[in-house]
Amino acid sequence: MNIYVLMKRTFDTEEKITISGGKINEDGAEFIINPYDEYAIEEAIQVRDANGGEVTVVSVGTEEAEKQLRTALAMGADKAVLINTEDDIEDGDQFTTAKILSEFLKDKDADLIIAGNVAIDGGSGQVGPRVAEILGISYVTTITKLDINGSSATVVRDVEGDSEVIETSLPLLVTAQQGLNEPRYPSLPGIMKAKKKPLDELELDDLDLDEDDVEAKTKTIEIYMPPKKEAGKVLEGELEDQVKELVKLLHTEAKVV
Amino acid sequence: MARKVLVLGEVRDGSLRNVSFEAVAAGKTASEGGEVVGVLIGDAVSTLASGMIHYGADRVVIVEDEKLKQYTPDGFSQALMAVIDSESPDALIFGHTALGKDLAPKIAAKLESGLISDVTSLEEAGGNLVFTRPIYSGKAFEKKIVTDGLLFATIRPNNIAPLEKDESRSGDVASVAAEIKDLRTIIKEVVRKASEGVDLSEAKVIIAGGRGVKSEEGFEPLKELASVLNGAVGASRGACDADYCDYSLQIGQTGKVVTPDLYIACGISGAIQHLAGMSNSKVIVAINKDPEANIFKVADYGIVGDLFEVVPLLTEEFKKLKVNA
Ligand SMILES: Cc1cc2nc3c(=O)[nH]c(=O)nc-3n(C[C@H](O)[C@H](O)[C@H](O)COP(=O)(O)OP(=O)(O)OC[C@H]3O[C@@H](n4cnc5c(N)ncnc54)[C@H](O)[C@@H]3O)c2cc1C
Ligand SMILES: Cc1cc2nc3c(=O)[nH]c(=O)nc-3n(C[C@H](O)[C@H](O)[C@H](O)COP(=O)(O)OP(=O)(O)OC[C@H]3O[C@@H](n4cnc5c(N)ncnc54)[C@H](O)[C@@H]3O)c2cc1C
Repeated sequence: MNIYVLMKRTFDTEEKITISGGKINEDGAEFIINPYDEYAIEEAIQVRDANGGEVTVVSVGTEEAEKQLRTALAMGADKAVLINTEDDIEDGDQFTTAKILSEFLKDKDADLIIAGNVAIDGGSGQVGPRVAEILGISYVTTITKLDINGSSATVVRDVEGDSEVIETSLPLLVTAQQGLNEPRYPSLPGIMKAKKKPLDELELDDLDLDEDDVEAKTKTIEIYMPPKKEAGKVLEGELEDQVKELVKLLHTEAKVV
Repeated sequence: MARKVLVLGEVRDGSLRNVSFEAVAAGKTASEGGEVVGVLIGDAVSTLASGMIHYGADRVVIVEDEKLKQYTPDGFSQALMAVIDSESPDALIFGHTALGKDLAPKIAAKLESGLISDVTSLEEAGGNLVFTRPIYSGKAFEKKIVTDGLLFATIRPNNIAPLEKDESRSGDVASVAAEIKDLRTIIKEVVRKASEGVDLSEAKVIIAGGRGVKSEEGFEPLKELASVLNGAVGASRGACDADYCDYSLQIGQTGKVVTPDLYIACGISGAIQHLAGMSNSKVIVAINKDPEANIFKVADYGIVGDLFEVVPLLTEEFKKLKVNA
């Protein structure tokens, strides 16, 4: 089986976030594999181990994503590809990313493509379905279970808490939801082996793409922090009195009940 | 610039979800005096068309086919593309629901258009339609515009107020024919877990429990409080993972994103993935025995204490309030 994983290097949103010069401040910030893409990598490895084949992890970004790609290799992926856009494009959106990924994937004969259901920074959840549509293959989003049987697949999809059992066939793109699996940590031998695994770097030119072909359709005009919430009122005194006060505040001050 | 806006209505259990009316309101803003056209897709949806019109749609287009009984990306995109071909809209608005999240990127890829997802407000400013959306798990916000092509957005439920319902409004309801074929994903079974009653993503009051609730029975006092306030019960991942409740109650990045008027978090520590699903709530109350818990940082009101003492007292107090009202 020829398996591809779409991986985004993201800002660790558990860390403190600040804005400087109208942008999210990246100095000294922690970057990680998007958590939903960790599930995708784990699933790809398990499918490969059960069915044979190869797992290639691909990321669109800058040189800095090499670190996360190496981690994916250390988890057990076979190959990594970085599509480095640093010298070519400044502004991009989901149209841009999906177009680049699809251009890369179109002649790869992938049987299975696994993405995350959403990136914790950009948060749109667009890239997976967009890529599937451009490639002309079917997709199932927010999956919590995947069973492959020859060229058919049974997938469980999380739909706002309900589960749909879906039958479909390969080639297929799925997006990973939490609960799909427990991603492994890279082992020490895994980390050693990863150093020798191929990590290719491509640029737009190598994909026969021009900047114009991938020009963003949308633009961010402002980034801001939500107005700082005034420190909440932590009530004091006897518990009964606190509860009475809370109800009064919710009724008369906040007016929500 | 007056625009023709298509708004996709969403049907659940035979009625329109609230987010459909919110999407009509967003469509009205986007139309700038143009036309708002509701779109309904399903096997029997024509009776719901008047609902969209009462909430502000000028007319409604329907695509009906038995193969559209359940949502599939292939079926719904074929139906919607038929409507787009016949209407040539300037803008599209869907809800940012399981359906909208799944379908919108496919349509955007077909149209080679931009798409602004999970929008919490929109307004006309400086000659542009400006969309606001949360980023970085809700820790920051961005304002976006469309620079090329069709305007396309999905809106987060419970953030944009619907227009006043006006039952005297009427409008044209027409059918569009679409050939629905070659569905590549087949739904074999739907396991319904989402509790009956109030839809979490649309609830005005949510009482949420975390690992601090300690057991399935521990949710009982929360349910009582919810019923007194006509609210819904939600949960953190911690509570779901511990089997205290079903995953359908999960709120957060992986679960439901909610924006109620009142959110009462009981025994929830306030991890970022949880906050991503509820930090936009209008008023947040935290009940936690740990004064250092992160949830107090986003709470408007907090009580440091044992939830098993606090929640029943709150229920009693709200009951008194109701009797006096
Ligand atoms: C050249 C370029 C310039 C950009 N410039 C800007 C900018 O100026 N401002 C700005 O805000 N954003 C910029 N972006 C980022 C872009 O807007 C989105 O972050 C990106 O397209 C992914 O969207 P998302 O974060 O909503 O991911 P989602 O659609 O939520 O991601 C879902 C899944 O898609 C896959 N995926 C997403 N992104 C990638 C990726 N890069 N590589 C591989 N797989 C991926 C992952 O599996 C992920 O889990 C730029 C991107 C590119 C490529
Ligand atoms: C990719 C990813 C996605 C995730 N998505 C989500 C998501 O969508 N939603 C989500 O919620 N989490 C999500 N998580 C998990 C999240 O990181 C936290 O682990 C989870 O929210 C913790 O749940 P909790 O607050 O109930 O438990 P804990 O963190 O264990 O907190 C329990 C709290 O209860 C308090 N407590 C204990 N007993 C009492 C008592 N008697 N009275 C009052 N207070 C008491 C404690 O002081 C403590 O603060 C995600 C994690 C990852 C990695």
